[in-house]
Amino acid sequence: MVEFSGIKEIIKPENLVYKKTNIMTENILSYCPGCGHGTAHRILAEIIDEEGLQSEAIGVSPVGCSVFLYYYLDIDWQEAAHGRAPAVATAIKRLFPEKFVFTYQGDGDLAAIGTAETIHACNRGENILIIFINNGIYGMTGGQMAPTTLPGMKSSTSPYGRDVKTMGYPLKMTDIVASLPGSYYVTRQSVHTPANVKKTKKAIRKAVNYQKLNKGTCLIEIVSNCPSGWKMTPVQSNKWMEENMFPYYPLGDLKTPEE
Amino acid sequence: MEKELRLMKGNEAVAEAAIRAGVDGYFGYPITPQTEIIEYLMEANPAGTTGMIVLQAESEVAAINMVYGGAGCGKKVMTSSSSPGISLKQEGISYIAGAELPCLIVNVVRGGPGLGTIQPAQSDYFQSTKGGGHGDYHLIVLAPASVQEMADFVDLSFELAFKYRNPVMMLSDGAIGQMMEKVYLKPHKERSKTSPDWATTGKPTTRERNIITSLDLDSNRQELFNIKLLAKYDEIREKEVRFEEFQCEDAEYLLVAYGTSARVCQKSVQLAREQGIKAGLLRPITLFPFPTKRINELAGKVKGMLSVEMSAGQMIEDVLLSVNGKVPVYHFGRMGGIVTTPEEVVESLKSKFIGG
Amino acid sequence: MTEEIIIAGFGGQGVLSMGKIMAYSGVIQDMEVSWMPSYGPEMRGGTANVIVIISSERISSPIIKHFDTAIILNQQSLDKFESSIKPGGILIYDTNGITRHPERKDITVYRVDATEEASKMNSPKIFNTIVLGGYLKVKPIIKLENVIKGLKKSLPERYHNLIPINEKALMRGKEIITEVQRAI
Repeated sequence: MVEFSGIKEIIKPENLVYKKTNIMTENILSYCPGCGHGTAHRILAEIIDEEGLQSEAIGVSPVGCSVFLYYYLDIDWQEAAHGRAPAVATAIKRLFPEKFVFTYQGDGDLAAIGTAETIHACNRGENILIIFINNGIYGMTGGQMAPTTLPGMKSSTSPYGRDVKTMGYPLKMTDIVASLPGSYYVTRQSVHTPANVKKTKKAIRKAVNYQKLNKGTCLIEIVSNCPSGWKMTPVQSNKWMEENMFPYYPLGDLKTPEE
Repeated sequence: MEKELRLMKGNEAVAEAAIRAGVDGYFGYPITPQTEIIEYLMEANPAGTTGMIVLQAESEVAAINMVYGGAGCGKKVMTSSSSPGISLKQEGISYIAGAELPCLIVNVVRGGPGLGTIQPAQSDYFQSTKGGGHGDYHLIVLAPASVQEMADFVDLSFELAFKYRNPVMMLSDGAIGQMMEKVYLKPHKERSKTSPDWATTGKPTTRERNIITSLDLDSNRQELFNIKLLAKYDEIREKEVRFEEFQCEDAEYLLVAYGTSARVCQKSVQLAREQGIKAGLLRPITLFPFPTKRINELAGKVKGMLSVEMSAGQMIEDVLLSVNGKVPVYHFGRMGGIVTTPEEVVESLKSKFIGG
Repeated sequence: MTEEIIIAGFGGQGVLSMGKIMAYSGVIQDMEVSWMPSYGPEMRGGTANVIVIISSERISSPIIKHFDTAIILNQQSLDKFESSIKPGGILIYDTNGITRHPERKDITVYRVDATEEASKMNSPKIFNTIVLGGYLKVKPIIKLENVIKGLKKSLPERYHNLIPINEKALMRGKEIITEVQRAI
């Protein structure tokens, strides 16, 4: 047993260095230790708080690990069918053009079953923000192959490694979206180091402002880890991500507005 | 304001009635025989007048999920399609029913299965009235039998949809969608500027956050939700049954038919009576809820019933349940996009009940 | 009064629009009407037909098998619908391109050579209005003034400059329709 006897002396306002943002609810996150979702949620919540968007925001959560995203952020939410979030968000934004409308989707949701909805929402230039968590695997259902699973990467449905000859190649949806005239700001970031967290947060803030200016679709891919699905410790998974995911999915802006 | 008289196709009437009913959004995808709905709306361009959004989606799947999003905002939203497209929408319809969202889905039915034909049929009765998608749910199903009703039922659909927080299907067919008749259009209604208190509108500090979802992983809570839905369907069965009767007072044989078949059967009743056969017609206007009680009452007065449908016999199952063995019930109908003729119905009635 | 009509011919001959003019005219005359087209992938050159019912009473079935009047504009339609005319009913046809003429003796047959006439008038597009004029001569169920109003209703406004030539066509149709055979 760890001795917590001195903890009450430590929890004092003058010792506070970090706290839950107002937008995060009291619900305990369902994510595995070391998973990037929690960090991504947190910075999204911070932006909504800092930009005063609580009464403006309508989020659309996906099917995937973040299906219960609506438990964690204290804003209005719609839970979409698998892959359909961009269609749901399209209607919300068209009917409420003054609101801040965003989707939060994983790779299976956005790049497999929802490919059509993603591409067409972006191609219409729907004035929404799409946050795309790419961890190269289906986390919620227990580690099956995703459209973004790397060549040779093992998963429960590619137990001998993804054989691109029979299973196809990892899909770079963000690159596809960047090529569409309707998309306005497309970037690929991560949340595995404090520096990257800052960059991602900056990207979300930019997208919020572009939406206020009715500029078109913004898509922010967050390349992330899945310690459970990858069968690694959190630290190992981040290292593996840097060494394997980033070369295939290089970080940085894919499409930036001419300013 | 006086009602305006027009000559219109059923499909056009739905579109014009939607604009006048103050609908906030239409999301659709072209498919014969209902494409005039989106064409009419695009040409009318109501965004500039009422502010109604009209959007051609990339697929029926996207369109129904747009309806989900719009309905979740508490707005009056709708889609339309024909049979193969309605099959594609079933996923979204199940989610809409599960999230208890109000909306209107128009099905201008064509013959199936598969791509089938583009000609009129009534072969989507099971799909419309028994669920269609996965899970225990019901749509409220209205069956128009004229261009006038295609217009009138738009307003009625939204009234019922919002009253019960339940999706409503208008089950029409290619004949009513494509034909022109006189239609009296209602005056324009203002679009509502507000949304119900359950809708996602952006969370003000004065209320808890609103969540539109059909998900609950706790089986006990999910079962309670299922029970709540059942109670809602029972209330709908109790209060919303609509039907019309033609010459049932002294009828010895009852035709039961909806939509186009009911129009055909009106003529059949007339032809049969000219031949001395006392026929009557009961036309269900709501297919869910089904006029079970009334059909059961009539079963005590007639010698037999004929369920006339442009299908292999789907509604007959509800007629049989309603009659509960009191009198014989048969089916007659053409398929493949062929509309039954009044004479064929009379022949069938004679051969099944009278002999020869 | 109930008049049940089928109009059949090639797509592009104005079959559906002739029916529309009739239906609009009926509405203007405060009658009940229904206009039920055969719809589908019928393009120019394919077959097209429309059932028009004009009645002083509520119309039951818009789809029927037997007609008071058949207006026939090509051979395929004649072959298909000659037998659908009620005994004592009327068949109106344009003889252009017809190789097998009507054979039934229990119907009254009229010919209206509208193709030829339209070409004489240098305006092939008014072909269907000539036929309609002929029909109104033998079945004057709608007043001419209401037909002209119906024409205006069914034509998009950008074509309203064509109303005078169509009026002329209606009159011409009335003049040229000829009885070929009286029902026995």
